[in-house]
Amino acid sequence: MSAQRNTIIGIFVLIGLLCTAYLTIKLGRMEVLGDSGYTVTARFTNVAGLRVGASVEIAGVSIGRVSAIRLDTTDFTAHVDLHINEGVPLSEDVMASVKTSGLIGDKYIAITPGGAEELLAPGSTITDTEPTLDIEALIGKVVFGGV
Amino acid sequence: MKEICAPAIALLHRLGDMACFLADGFRQTFRTRRLAGKVLRQVYVIGANSMFVILLIGLFTGLVLGLQAFYAMSMFGAQGMLGSLLALTLIREMAPVLTAVMITARAGSAMTAEIGVMRISDQIDALEVMDIHPIGYLVTPRLLASLITFPLLTSIFTVIGIFGGYLSSCVLLTLNEGRYFSGIESSVTMDDIQGCFLKAAVFAVIVILVCCYQGYNAHLRKDGKGAEAVGNATTSAVVMSCVLILVADYVLTSFLL
Repeated sequence: MSAQRNTIIGIFVLIGLLCTAYLTIKLGRMEVLGDSGYTVTARFTNVAGLRVGASVEIAGVSIGRVSAIRLDTTDFTAHVDLHINEGVPLSEDVMASVKTSGLIGDKYIAITPGGAEELLAPGSTITDTEPTLDIEALIGKVVFGGV
Repeated sequence: MKEICAPAIALLHRLGDMACFLADGFRQTFRTRRLAGKVLRQVYVIGANSMFVILLIGLFTGLVLGLQAFYAMSMFGAQGMLGSLLALTLIREMAPVLTAVMITARAGSAMTAEIGVMRISDQIDALEVMDIHPIGYLVTPRLLASLITFPLLTSIFTVIGIFGGYLSSCVLLTLNEGRYFSGIESSVTMDDIQGCFLKAAVFAVIVILVCCYQGYNAHLRKDGKGAEAVGNATTSAVVMSCVLILVADYVLTSFLL
């Protein structure tokens, strides 16, 4: 009886731990084998709607995630830390822009590849950026004849 | 004056009593002998025995959430968001709360009745006579076992709920499987999952505290004697646990968001 009971407890704990592992590793994106990849910073004038965890894409392929967003209080620009996966080299003159997937979808960072020989070092800054597209301002321009 | 204040003082007295009861429960962790075996037994009673009902409830919660959300969202063509809506609802609210309520109904009520019967048949006094601390013997194993089982059951609930949502929206209805799972993976963050486990642990302490306290003090009840008191204690334990779970859920959510 006791052995059977322990087996049932074992099955319960095993299933519970498997579900926990699925939640934390697959959905929570916990890094099990250390932190691979590198982080670069991009400076934007406006990142309205962008959130930590948003994906970073080149040509529609996800190559990393937004790891932090903070305000630089000297010039009041948004500094966005991009965690880029191991094995994706970025040249020094790449351009980062905040894009929206669909009309009301999530914001993400699209990176346009550059042509320079030098690669971005971990921790360096992307200065060539394009802020969030301000749809309300665009509609205003259309309505009041600014276009 | 004294008569007016009496209910308030009685309430304060009970609150303090419960806090001491809980503190005693944790303190006895280091003083109770052969604790591991007792904890394991309670893991079996609270956790393994509740697994089947949690699987059923989780599956049907996911199924109905998927169904409702699919029809609501297809009104403005946003079915792609269904995965993230369902996963966030489950992880942040439904899984910890429903798991705690189900365990209250299944294991918590049994716990109150068991301890209550032990109290009215003087078995708790007998424990004291034998120099066994009744709280260490009855409450501490349940407290530790619930801290293990609640998070595990909550994560089982979440995963089976996500599977249920997949069944109803992708298999029975027409949502694309890839959109469903990529929606889940893009929106759930580690903070959500940590919050989910924190809630589960807090609910575990609440449920065990209320259920054991009600059973332990069944002999002091004024609304009945003997068997009737045990019945009333069980009722108020379940009602009080459920209310406190939802109150604590609101407080915790406002901290976590």
